[in-house]
Amino acid sequence: MKSICLFFEIHQPFRLRTYRFFDIGHKHDYFDDYANRFLMQQVAEKSYLPANALLLEMIRKHGKKFRISFSISGVALEQFELYAPEVLKSFQELAKTGCVEFLAETYGNTLASLKSPDEFKRQVKKHSEKMEELFGQKPKTFRNTEMVYSDDIGNLVYELGYRAMLTEGAKHVLGWKSPNFLYCSAVNPKLKLLLRNFQLSDDLSFRFSEQKWSEWPLTADKFLGWINNMNPNEEVVNLFLNYETFGEYQWAETGIFDFLKAFTRMVIEENKNSFKTPAEVAASLQPVSGLNTPYPISWADEERDLTAWLGNELQQEAFDKVYKLEQMLKGCNEASLMKEWERLQTSDHFFFMSTKWFSDGMVFRKINPYNSPYDAFINYMNVLSDFVIRVEQACQGRDSAAIKPEETQKAKKTAAKTRPEKSVKAVTKAAPKSKAQGK
Amino acid sequence: MKVLMFGWEFPPHISGGLGTACYGLTKALMKHGLDIIFVVPKAYGDEEKESIRLVNASDVLIDIRDEHFREMISKLSYLEIDSTLIPYADDEEYFRITEQLEKGVKAEQLSLKTQKYSFSGGYGKNLMEEVKRYALVGAEVARQQEFDIIHAHDWLTYMAGAEAKRISGKPLVVHMHATEFDRSGEHVNQLVYDIEKAGMEAADVVVAVSNLTRNIVIKRYGIPPEKVITVHNGVEPASPNKYLDTEKKVREKIVTFLGRITFQKGPEYFIEAAHKVLQRDPNVRFVMAGSGDLLPKMIRRVAKLGMATKFHFTGFLKGDDVDKMFGMSDVYVMPSVSEPFGISPLEAMRSNVPVIISKQSGVAEVLDYAIKIDFWDIDAMADAIYALLHFNALPEMFKKYGKTEVENIKWDQAGKKVKDIYQDLQK
Repeated sequence: MKSICLFFEIHQPFRLRTYRFFDIGHKHDYFDDYANRFLMQQVAEKSYLPANALLLEMIRKHGKKFRISFSISGVALEQFELYAPEVLKSFQELAKTGCVEFLAETYGNTLASLKSPDEFKRQVKKHSEKMEELFGQKPKTFRNTEMVYSDDIGNLVYELGYRAMLTEGAKHVLGWKSPNFLYCSAVNPKLKLLLRNFQLSDDLSFRFSEQKWSEWPLTADKFLGWINNMNPNEEVVNLFLNYETFGEYQWAETGIFDFLKAFTRMVIEENKNSFKTPAEVAASLQPVSGLNTPYPISWADEERDLTAWLGNELQQEAFDKVYKLEQMLKGCNEASLMKEWERLQTSDHFFFMSTKWFSDGMVFRKINPYNSPYDAFINYMNVLSDFVIRVEQACQGRDSAAIKPEETQKAKKTAAKTRPEKSVKAVTKAAPKSKAQGK
Repeated sequence: MKVLMFGWEFPPHISGGLGTACYGLTKALMKHGLDIIFVVPKAYGDEEKESIRLVNASDVLIDIRDEHFREMISKLSYLEIDSTLIPYADDEEYFRITEQLEKGVKAEQLSLKTQKYSFSGGYGKNLMEEVKRYALVGAEVARQQEFDIIHAHDWLTYMAGAEAKRISGKPLVVHMHATEFDRSGEHVNQLVYDIEKAGMEAADVVVAVSNLTRNIVIKRYGIPPEKVITVHNGVEPASPNKYLDTEKKVREKIVTFLGRITFQKGPEYFIEAAHKVLQRDPNVRFVMAGSGDLLPKMIRRVAKLGMATKFHFTGFLKGDDVDKMFGMSDVYVMPSVSEPFGISPLEAMRSNVPVIISKQSGVAEVLDYAIKIDFWDIDAMADAIYALLHFNALPEMFKKYGKTEVENIKWDQAGKKVKDIYQDLQK
């Protein structure tokens, strides 16, 4: 009897528009609203909506025996609200069934855990609040962006109050060990770790419709047979998938939806194995061993490391520059700038700058709006250049106001000249200031 | 295997990329164990011969009483001379060559029974005449020599190659280093186009120097795709640039265009992009090095845009001056409208200069460490220039990897591919 843990990741970045250097300093709309709307609606129609409908149908049919889990990034949730409210509604319906666990993650699907513990914690808290607000449940299990994990990150996650976390069953960390048990952090045994079975997960995400694959066509029968034939001592099968596996990586025509339906039915009817959410797995099993992970791992590529996001000089430069703004931004607490900063931290921007694909010509897993990593870098740095100017202006302006209150008299005089336009701005700026004084 | 190769020029007597490319390929083929007979219109005697058999076309005797030749001569006699046809030569070279021709070479009379033709081997006014005479020589060489395969470089030699095939029945490979569309845009010379087309039709395999060229060959000449194979050029190892640390006389960063100032090279796009950059960042200077028919127009445009104090014309550069120019440059731009291959960005990269190249160039197909833009997209071009001047990680990355990348584009791989083509044709 094994636990089958189904977990689906849902994330969409706010993609940047083409932003030229001559826009720096006078255009501040960074995001490609049209493309973001289009892509969100497309993936909603092809994947999220039919997959949610299917899962809801299965839950109604099989009741509490069918358990699933999601992690939805904050920036994806915002885009549901903006462009596809029906998707949000369908997730809320799933939440009401009580069969679905929603996990915690960083709000912007960022790699903050590698750079700034403060920002990481802020984002996880913000995400948790958003989940509670939308789905009525406070996340209990954590999964980091791109399954990034290390001993240090484990400690941060524990400090935030989480006792279980998802990551990759990376071979170079596991060695001879099997991913099909519950583990814990070697440096902090109270944090339990669920490891992705990448073999079986990738069979669905990447190989399902590959006709050259020796196992094609993959039926639910065959797949369940593999699980049943595993070492009987093994306790859990963690199938962690990008949700777009259903309908986008694997089109509906490949039979992926039928597969999911048949697999669910067979598992429940056979009554040998049971579906569990990550929190249930963590509560019901004992960790078999501690896992030493001094260097960060991820679920990407053969290497299972960070090189897809931070592998080259361009990525590192952009990554460093965007986090350099942290102190200044946090000093002035300007809500709209914080929001944009979050979106600029999203891991996808760095992924688009990857030069890893030059040699092997590997197909991008994600829709890439850029022709080359250089285009991605140039565009990002142009946007960031403008953003830096705005942050400096907003925050330095605040500093001077705070330091020299006597000068506000002068400022008022100049403001009077341009009052018709600026009055709105002045009000919004005044609000956080008074808050700061209150502290 | 023995290859009868027809070229128009061979080092050191070259006027551009064609001779260099033929030399690199020939050397690589010999390394792969092939024997080469290389026929050029005029051998000076000081060419690098090592083990290449260089046949001087001027030394081949032709019996013009032969019926076959009579037929050919009558067929070709209508060809007119067009003195603007220059495959790779820059304008300086071209004027120099024609000047020489006017002094020295006279049109031969075809009335003698047996005659050695004297070729200038250049690109002069009697070019068409030389092309057809070269074809006669091709047939004669084919009769005298033993070989297994024929390989002809660029349209000037296609007739010779086709004649050699007709005489010997051996397979013919023609090599497209440039098409008439690359040289002339949409205003193609019909005669040249016809010779190119007939040569490719007569050939068993057409080798194109890039996929860009391959597409032109298929789309514009109607050659069946299955017989057109891309073999990217290699790069000859060169001595390092002595002027890498040349001290700049100006504080500003320097962005360079270096090449012929003709329609094909897209100089006007460079100027418009420069204007966009200068509006935002006055701490840049732009240099346009080279000459050509569009130069006066370009100078006027720069003046009109009011940026003549930041935009400089050097005229034609050669030898050390080219190296010095690269030594001073911070960015090199090649906005070519149509470039079959294009080796100048590789020279820039070897001098540690980051490059921006147009997607309409063959070299874009082999480079990773270069920014690629559409030649007409001046916004993207300006953006790339600005980024290379302001976001340090980018030029640093290009400097770090670019040189190695260029050094890895070897003729050896091209030679291997061509040898495979020969072997397939032997089956």
